[in-house]
Amino acid sequence: MKEVTHTSVVHDSAEKHVRGCATYIDDMVEPAGTCHACLGLSQRAHAKIISLDLETVRGAPGVIAVLTHKDIPGRNDISPTGLNDEPVFAESEVQFFGQPMFGVVAKTREQARRAASLAKVVYEDLPKALTIRQAETTGSALVTAPLTLRRGDAKKAMKKAQHRLSGTMEIGGQDHFYLEGQIAFAIPGEDEDVTVYSSTQHPSEVQHMVAQALKVRSNAVTVKVRRMGGGFGGKETQSNLFAVVAAVAAKKLGRAVKIRPDRDDDMAATGKRHDFVVGYEVGFDDGGKISALRGDFAARCGFSADLSGPVTDRALFHADNAYYYPAVELNSHPLRTNTVSNTAFRGFGGPQGVLAAERIIEEIAFALGKDPLEVRKANFYGTTSNNITPYHQEVRDNIIHRIVEELEDSSKYQKRREEIVAFNNSGGIIRRGIALTPVKFGISFTATWYNQAGALVHIYSDGSVHLNHGGTEMGQGLNIKVAQVVADAFGLGLCDIKITATATDKVPNTSATAASSGSDLNGMAALNGAKQIKERLVAFAVEKYGCSAEEVLFESGRVRAGSREFTFADFVREAYLARVQLSAAGFYKTPDIYWDREKGQGRPFFYYAYGAAVSEVFIDTLTGEYMVDRVDILHDVGKSLNPAIDLGQVEGGFVQGMGWLTTEELYWNEEGRLMSHAPSTYKIPLALDVPRVFNVELAQWSTNPERTIRRSKAVGEPPLMLAASVVEALSMAVASVAGYRECPRLASPVTPERVLMAVTRLQGERGQ
Amino acid sequence: MTGPLRKSVRFWLNDELVELADLPPTRTLLDFLRLNKRLTGSKEGCAEGDCGACTVLVGRLAGDSLVYESVTACIRFVASLDGCHVVSIEHLRGAEGGLHPVQQALVEHHGSQCGFCTPGIVMSLYGLWMANASPDVDDIEEALQGNLCRCTGYSPIVRAAFAASKAGGQGKDVLVAERASVIEKLEALRDGRRVEIWGDEGGIILPADVNDLAEVLAEKPHATIVAGSTDVGLWVTKQMREISPVVFAGHLKQLRMIVEGEDVVSIGAGVTYMDFMPVIERHFPQLAGFWSRIGGQQVRNMGTIGGNIANGSPIGDTPPALIVLGAAITLRKGDKRRFVRLEDYFISYGKQDREPGEFIESISIPYPGEKEHFAVYKVSKRRDEDISALSGAFRLRLGEDNKVAEISVVFGGMAEIPKRAAAVEKVLLGKEWSEANVSAAVAAFKQDYQPLSDVRASAEYRLLASQNLLRRFYLETIGEGSELKRGAA
Repeated sequence: MKEVTHTSVVHDSAEKHVRGCATYIDDMVEPAGTCHACLGLSQRAHAKIISLDLETVRGAPGVIAVLTHKDIPGRNDISPTGLNDEPVFAESEVQFFGQPMFGVVAKTREQARRAASLAKVVYEDLPKALTIRQAETTGSALVTAPLTLRRGDAKKAMKKAQHRLSGTMEIGGQDHFYLEGQIAFAIPGEDEDVTVYSSTQHPSEVQHMVAQALKVRSNAVTVKVRRMGGGFGGKETQSNLFAVVAAVAAKKLGRAVKIRPDRDDDMAATGKRHDFVVGYEVGFDDGGKISALRGDFAARCGFSADLSGPVTDRALFHADNAYYYPAVELNSHPLRTNTVSNTAFRGFGGPQGVLAAERIIEEIAFALGKDPLEVRKANFYGTTSNNITPYHQEVRDNIIHRIVEELEDSSKYQKRREEIVAFNNSGGIIRRGIALTPVKFGISFTATWYNQAGALVHIYSDGSVHLNHGGTEMGQGLNIKVAQVVADAFGLGLCDIKITATATDKVPNTSATAASSGSDLNGMAALNGAKQIKERLVAFAVEKYGCSAEEVLFESGRVRAGSREFTFADFVREAYLARVQLSAAGFYKTPDIYWDREKGQGRPFFYYAYGAAVSEVFIDTLTGEYMVDRVDILHDVGKSLNPAIDLGQVEGGFVQGMGWLTTEELYWNEEGRLMSHAPSTYKIPLALDVPRVFNVELAQWSTNPERTIRRSKAVGEPPLMLAASVVEALSMAVASVAGYRECPRLASPVTPERVLMAVTRLQGERGQ
Repeated sequence: MTGPLRKSVRFWLNDELVELADLPPTRTLLDFLRLNKRLTGSKEGCAEGDCGACTVLVGRLAGDSLVYESVTACIRFVASLDGCHVVSIEHLRGAEGGLHPVQQALVEHHGSQCGFCTPGIVMSLYGLWMANASPDVDDIEEALQGNLCRCTGYSPIVRAAFAASKAGGQGKDVLVAERASVIEKLEALRDGRRVEIWGDEGGIILPADVNDLAEVLAEKPHATIVAGSTDVGLWVTKQMREISPVVFAGHLKQLRMIVEGEDVVSIGAGVTYMDFMPVIERHFPQLAGFWSRIGGQQVRNMGTIGGNIANGSPIGDTPPALIVLGAAITLRKGDKRRFVRLEDYFISYGKQDREPGEFIESISIPYPGEKEHFAVYKVSKRRDEDISALSGAFRLRLGEDNKVAEISVVFGGMAEIPKRAAAVEKVLLGKEWSEANVSAAVAAFKQDYQPLSDVRASAEYRLLASQNLLRRFYLETIGEGSELKRGAA
């Protein structure tokens, strides 16, 4: 029978999605008496709370309870790293505009929202640092320990370099804009028990946070996740707040409590992708080959650490992108600011590192008058030499040369670039640009202990299979991929495998579904579980039917044992009657990885995923408006578990990255209030923004040299970084107005405004 | 008032007749579907009509025909649905209870990932599939203009839209097959009566006709008038404002009249952006590109030109163009009418020349002269479904001597109201229409406008771009226009 792994089967929930009957938390049937909570948010960026008068809130129609930090039985903290720096509700001081100060519980959601707006708060303003620049100039503290990566003597090598240049780059943040906002629904149980339905990528952490806030042990708290309406990193830690508020309210009131913030509150109160200011200095030769590189990565982390440590670490890990730096020194500066605490977002700091690397390449190209692609190629990691990263890991699986070569050819890059240069040389209002950028992305959590996963596989006596694992489904197709692997392990069809909600009482101590690791980890754990059961079934067959183990075959829903053949269901029934255990807990941990953060050395990544993209753009030099008109992508997913699902990740990741770098501008006013707080003011890409010509291919020939699940590679995050090609293409189009002699140094997101301002500046410098 | 009152709102929801005698004026269709009817297929993504996850179709009688339009249920008030047929995702089905061709295509082309936006996408594509049997990529992208998807990057959705159109089957579709019976059902709901519902949470009035509207407003001059609710909807969902009593006007036929005269078109204030599109194609082709960038399709189906004028937005989607065309409005209070040049209607931020109890009844818009140059430009961060950072409208008449005989320049987003660039006009008037004179005139923008920096753009950018738009207009008039075109590669 043909296996289902490596085939393009549709998402397991696709039919439910299109019928509108896939259940999200807000769609669940509510128990009688369910109440609704709403958060009261700070209206100051940094202030002492002189008084918080909640009497009118309490008296508002429908209000059942008002919660403050005093109502939290356990710790008023949801810091995921245990730093105790992130209160559920502010106590004596607010540290960002939008920080939760209290919660209202009312009979309806509307009543709770109305009541929350009635609080009377007296603040006393304290000095605030909103931006990276302000944090730097006011000597603001770091939220967590910085990292340095160093190899060779960058200072010395810089001095000896033929050419040197330095600059800074501003990289904006990004809101996740998951279509389903944050939501939690808590149902109290007997004793200390509570069940929380949470839209989270990290059910185990929600469980621990709820337990900590309720001052109960973890075994009293069960967290369940059937699916999320998008996560993208925004529900790795940010769901903790809502789950804790719902659970505390539910236990206090003995009622089911749901909290679903309005989109505006969601955007104000939850963290985003970190914005960075990167200072760089690079030494290089006439050929564009880099000899020395120094980089300072300052990040706006917000008021607390959250995941800023590992995020800024990962920025450094990807400041090389696909390039070999003979001598290098990279430093992170995770700055504390009076803004919402920034958090995980697809790529987790990596994209900012990659973008800086591409800027540096571009600077060299403009300085030398070369096509940036030539400079890129001159600096690619080697396959057997020049292949040590700034963190001293050897790059052993490098396929960037082949990827880029094939893409350059299939996209007709050289011919198109010539045409574009000729077009631009003829002058005119409309200018064009083209760029090819590569991606190399390290796969594994850099927190090594996170690289483990569990699964629970049952076969019932009718032959149906119940599949559960520690990963969460946020649309990425994790469940179908894992189901494919398990179906093949038993020679069954996908219809025999029941995919079930992630639940902390089925698989404990799970890692976040993050770092692109979902199928790598959970696929392996589920396969391990399936194999355990299969071994028992084989042993049973050998004993009962007197065949050899090799003669027991699971295929096409049937089991052969020597000369005997059964349907899978009949065979399982026999095994059950013979008292064979038909359930197993699977487990997996990634081998061979380690990381010494103090030294900045190790092998943090099990392997790398690669890809490249060519983007072509048009800009309007009168208004700065532009269009991305054609994109070609060749991306490496190893041996794909499901090519259609993977293609969806590549296309979707690219477009999300393009949004980050083009129209998605976060804007805080001088008071520190987020003014881009809803889709009316925060603009993610539309269908109309996607290039009309969008050729996306998976590198069919690639296979993972490491022993990953069916030799596949992770796909969630790496494609997002392919969108760096859009920035580079825009940069070329802008640079054309000054003869490509100057790097436009576009800050991102490259809004039409930034394009026009850069065009005008470059034209001015040319004396136009 | 004509005839006795009706004290309930009646409409069809999928296969069910709904009659509501107890209805708060601000109850949204989305909450009604999800909370009252437990139809949870439509999702709330933003509660401001911008993400499309709540998209449903609303069928209404337009003359003798039945028109289904996509709308965002999150900002549509239930009371405004009187006499309509609401079709939610739950109503879609294919042959023998299987998937509808649009749903089938989305499954086959992997058009959903997290699935949360999907019901809205299905409904938008369903609307397209019904209305247009062979859409091209422009039509598909436009149908999806009001739907956000954060996962897929849209490509598989666009592929699915093509596949659905290829699959066809419109003849067997439930809404097509039952068209005659739905018309009958909706006609049966038309009783020509005023509807009034008063409850603890406020009052709803649906006047019987435009004269009745005038009467109602004379009695209740401080009532909130709601037509498309694309603006007032957000007062409720975002600002939680009390707006009772609410007088609904979107259903009034007289306010949706379009009379195309010799030199001027007169429209009722309730004409939607979508209603007006055919008029644009005939008389204002220069406006077409701009018009299709106002909101998304759902918003253009709901939003009215009169509402856009009445709410006095400083950006004003339509006012800059309408002012340069010399539009005038008819304001009515009781039986008294007065005519106001649109330009004079906007007084200052949040203040318009409209008295309590007065409403905009109609708008008359002269066609541009054959020898006149007319152009409207919009600049926004995202090209579509975005509020303008600035928009500029230009109308120019040149004399035989290539001198400027008449010029009108109006910008939105540059001041507290849509405002004429009087200083720029003055510099140009009577001068030769030349690059040198245009270049000299742009400096005068600083006299006309002192724009603000905000979430959409900086003051510097607004000023620079406004100047460049005059340059663009000049280049266009001499045949050297340039624009970004999709699909050029």
